[in-house]
Amino acid sequence: MAYHWGFTALEAVGGTAQAAAPFFSNPERTSMVNKIFDSVAAALADIQDGATILIGGFGNAGMPHQLIDGLIEQGARDLVVVSNNAGNGDTGLAALLKAGQVRKVVCSFPRQADSWVFDELYRAGKIELELVPQGNLAERIRAAGAGVGAFFTPTGYGTQLAEGKETREINGRQYVLEYPIHADVALISALRGDRWGNLVYRKTARNFGPIMATASKVAIAQVRDIAELGELDPEAVVTPGIFVQRVVKVA
Amino acid sequence: MQKRDRNQIAARVAQDIPGGAYVNLGIGLPTLVANHLPPEREVILHTENGLLGMGPAPAKGEEDDDLINAGKQPVTALPGAAFFHHADSFAMMRGGHLDICVLGAFQVSRRGDLANWHTGAPDAIPAVGGAMDLAIGARKVYVMMEHLTKTGESKLVDTCTYPLTGVACVSRVYTDLAVLDITPEGVRVVEIIDGLDFDELQRLSGITLLR
Repeated sequence: MAYHWGFTALEAVGGTAQAAAPFFSNPERTSMVNKIFDSVAAALADIQDGATILIGGFGNAGMPHQLIDGLIEQGARDLVVVSNNAGNGDTGLAALLKAGQVRKVVCSFPRQADSWVFDELYRAGKIELELVPQGNLAERIRAAGAGVGAFFTPTGYGTQLAEGKETREINGRQYVLEYPIHADVALISALRGDRWGNLVYRKTARNFGPIMATASKVAIAQVRDIAELGELDPEAVVTPGIFVQRVVKVA
Repeated sequence: MQKRDRNQIAARVAQDIPGGAYVNLGIGLPTLVANHLPPEREVILHTENGLLGMGPAPAKGEEDDDLINAGKQPVTALPGAAFFHHADSFAMMRGGHLDICVLGAFQVSRRGDLANWHTGAPDAIPAVGGAMDLAIGARKVYVMMEHLTKTGESKLVDTCTYPLTGVACVSRVYTDLAVLDITPEGVRVVEIIDGLDFDELQRLSGITLLR
């Protein structure tokens, strides 16, 4: 495998574990950047129990199915998962929940016609839920990626979802203080990526990918296609490679 | 008296959406409004999962899993459409860039509080999605709902008994019986369906109405 390097990539990924060896290193300090991993398993190998994981997707659009399947195989447990929904049907995020690997879900819309896996765990008291209005969820992730310490948002003011939170009147309008959501890992899906980690997406499958990449120590993108360096139009790159640590092609 | 059906309410809402408006139609009943916007009137539809310039449902067999609306239904993108990520999409709402959003409701209070995300039932699994962002984000929030519940209680109320989605955020309410504006003075009747008079509407409504 080619060398991979980068500041964040040298840290253990997630959780409280301190001792995990860096998954990869670049002892020779070769100058070539290559964030492309040969397999999903290799890209996920160092995820620790207890990690906070951002998972992209809105319903099935943009859902990194292969990475989630890889995480089930990898077996990290006690995870906190941040995603818009809490799984559909029996595959993807629903399968991860069903495998008992998730302690807590942070999301905006868990209950859907086909969210039976989450529903059952929730009613049985086997999973924790933090419900966040969708725009606050997005902005909390964006704030983490942008280095913002907290922000005042009008969304949710005066509702159950703002109970106990600090509020402030600014220019005659009421706001609620919300904090960023930082994560150890982001699992996202993009259309194409290159070895510098630049990404482009496809249609509404973009959704949470770009902001989740910014808010995690290690952003792992599954792509349908690897682009040669320079092939992606710099004017059209959606996620600049600085935000992405690992790229893996999936079938 | 012939109550307006869902499509007639949607058609009435559509009358109030001018060309050039940026509009978000909430999940459920409000999506019907799109069917009543005349094609020559250019209205740009926003869907919060990341698309401006949303077009109608694709023909059978033309569905694209990567091109869906907030209700996760397949849609199309019109010429001129743009895709964007979630933080940008909600900036469009919260930042006051959307002209109008149309939402369904369980209840609207006389000062324009909206309850539409949660019945408050103890065994219900809560889910909020973008409802709270839409409620406080768009410049004008139009609500489409039946005037009365199935058991005949007014959905226009003094104080919402269901959990709130947003405080004092509703501009106008379209029901099967009337169109009403939420104003600083109170709820003002804009129009009443044929065959129903103000006094009867007042009798059915849970709050004092202004003419």
